[in-house]
Amino acid sequence: MAELALSVSGLRKSFGGLRATDNLDLDVEQGELHAVIGPNGAGKTTLISQLAGELNPDGGRIIFEGRDVTRLPAHRRSALGLARSFQITSVFRSLSALDNVAMAVQAHDGHSFRFWAQARRQPGLRGPALAALDQVGLAGRAEAVAAELSHGEQRQLEIAMALATRPRLLLLDEPTAGMGPDESGRMVELLQSLKQSHTIVLIEHDMDVIFQLADRITVLVYGRAIATGAPDQIRRNDVVRQAYLGEEHSEVPADA
Amino acid sequence: MTRLQFRIALVLLLMFALVPPLGALFEQPFLSYFFARIMILGIAAVSLDLILGFGGMVSFGHAVYLGVGAYAVGVLSHHGIDNGFIQFPVAVLASGLAALAIGAMSIRTSGVYFIMITLAFAQMLYFLGISLEEYGGDDGMAINRSEFGGLIDLWDPMQFYYLVFGLLALFTYLAHRIVHSRFGMVLQGTRSNEQRMRAIGFPTYRYRVAAFTIAGVMCGVAGALLANWNEFVSPDYMHWTRSGEILIMVILGGIGTLVGALLGATGFLLLEEYLPDLMDLGAQGWGEHWMLLFGPLLILVVLFGRGGLYALLTRWAIRHG
Repeated sequence: MAELALSVSGLRKSFGGLRATDNLDLDVEQGELHAVIGPNGAGKTTLISQLAGELNPDGGRIIFEGRDVTRLPAHRRSALGLARSFQITSVFRSLSALDNVAMAVQAHDGHSFRFWAQARRQPGLRGPALAALDQVGLAGRAEAVAAELSHGEQRQLEIAMALATRPRLLLLDEPTAGMGPDESGRMVELLQSLKQSHTIVLIEHDMDVIFQLADRITVLVYGRAIATGAPDQIRRNDVVRQAYLGEEHSEVPADA
Repeated sequence: MTRLQFRIALVLLLMFALVPPLGALFEQPFLSYFFARIMILGIAAVSLDLILGFGGMVSFGHAVYLGVGAYAVGVLSHHGIDNGFIQFPVAVLASGLAALAIGAMSIRTSGVYFIMITLAFAQMLYFLGISLEEYGGDDGMAINRSEFGGLIDLWDPMQFYYLVFGLLALFTYLAHRIVHSRFGMVLQGTRSNEQRMRAIGFPTYRYRVAAFTIAGVMCGVAGALLANWNEFVSPDYMHWTRSGEILIMVILGGIGTLVGALLGATGFLLLEEYLPDLMDLGAQGWGEHWMLLFGPLLILVVLFGRGGLYALLTRWAIRHG
């Protein structure tokens, strides 16, 4: 068995009476693309937020590359190589695309208690940032203000910012959210290429995307992992069909 | 800095530099006295703009650092220590420590809570000032101006004026460098989207506290200058209305532009000084009701001059080449 990139055991999180994460176990192998699917309210984003360190779990453990990170704050996990993207686009709207990504580069280039030299003139920040933009196909829009990018471009920028932190594990929260078929197709191509070089946990609603990309799939319902397996296994799993997929797997609500 | 911004800053500084000779020419010594005060509060406004305009921190207690800086000078002077080389470093240290402590606690909150807690701390120190009988209580106390061993003579209005001028230019440039440095980028990113900053790996809290402290120190130096300018220290330096005035200066001038803070301080104090006279020209006795006009005027600038005086000025400059 390959070395585990991420191992989650007994993870619990409640909001009032609602169990958003209910005794969840999840193993992500090094190098795989592991998709997490589930109906609305299954607790997918809550899971990502706990993995990234923005929400503290009520119980359970998160082991990242052999290290217990359960209580580490988000910025420390980022330093270890965990990077997330957001379902609802979360960028620095008033800054240029290049500034956005350069910020992510800067976060991993030593401390930022540097008060004099002008950050926008530092090739050590601009170079890698431009490379990350190029990787997601946004190099031509480097100087555009983030708020003026199209929705699809903002989604690409999300990915570029995560990539610029040189992550060892990417947590992608619905990268195709709100995209049309064309944009969505380009995003799948991008994910295909990222898959070659990164371990990825992917949350996604679009079943076509999932079955194209995933090495393994975990199905989440009411905060519990009801099944984990290869796409074919999941497709044939009776419990999953009942709970989630329905008769035809493409009839999944596509809203956020 | 865009070239336009640079030019506006340059013209403004040139104007400040020319005030004393012009005042002498037209035999208006009051002018340089008045503009020294404008520049001192300009430093305070620039320091607030650093954390407000670029860090999104609406400190409603910024005048407290004016007070701490002023009391550092006043208390030392009261005990016979008039040496400015001791007073000013103590003012820097004291205002820095105050800002560090207040910032460390306030920055754990956000939004309205941040505004209220900075205000509460400022009021706390204001009442502390009132309770200090030894230092005049709420009457305050008269003090001597700082001595700089013959290097600079603060009793000479010219030298005092150009010392303030030099510090204003220095601090404005410093703030400009900071805003565009790596540190400044973190500050701006945090204002824009703190959650994202944490997700990409920044421990945002310590950067915000550091910025808050830097602003406190700058404002503390302004306080030390103001104490000298007035030859007087009192708790009124820290009163919440004073914090409000500094806030209004920044908003009036244009948030997040630095130069705008200087424009705002100039505009605010000029209006405060000359609006009553102007109104008296209209009809004798109107002048005492100057605030009736001042308030609506401020509201108009905020509502319709989006971006404040700075934006009005840049629009005008662009239209006229």
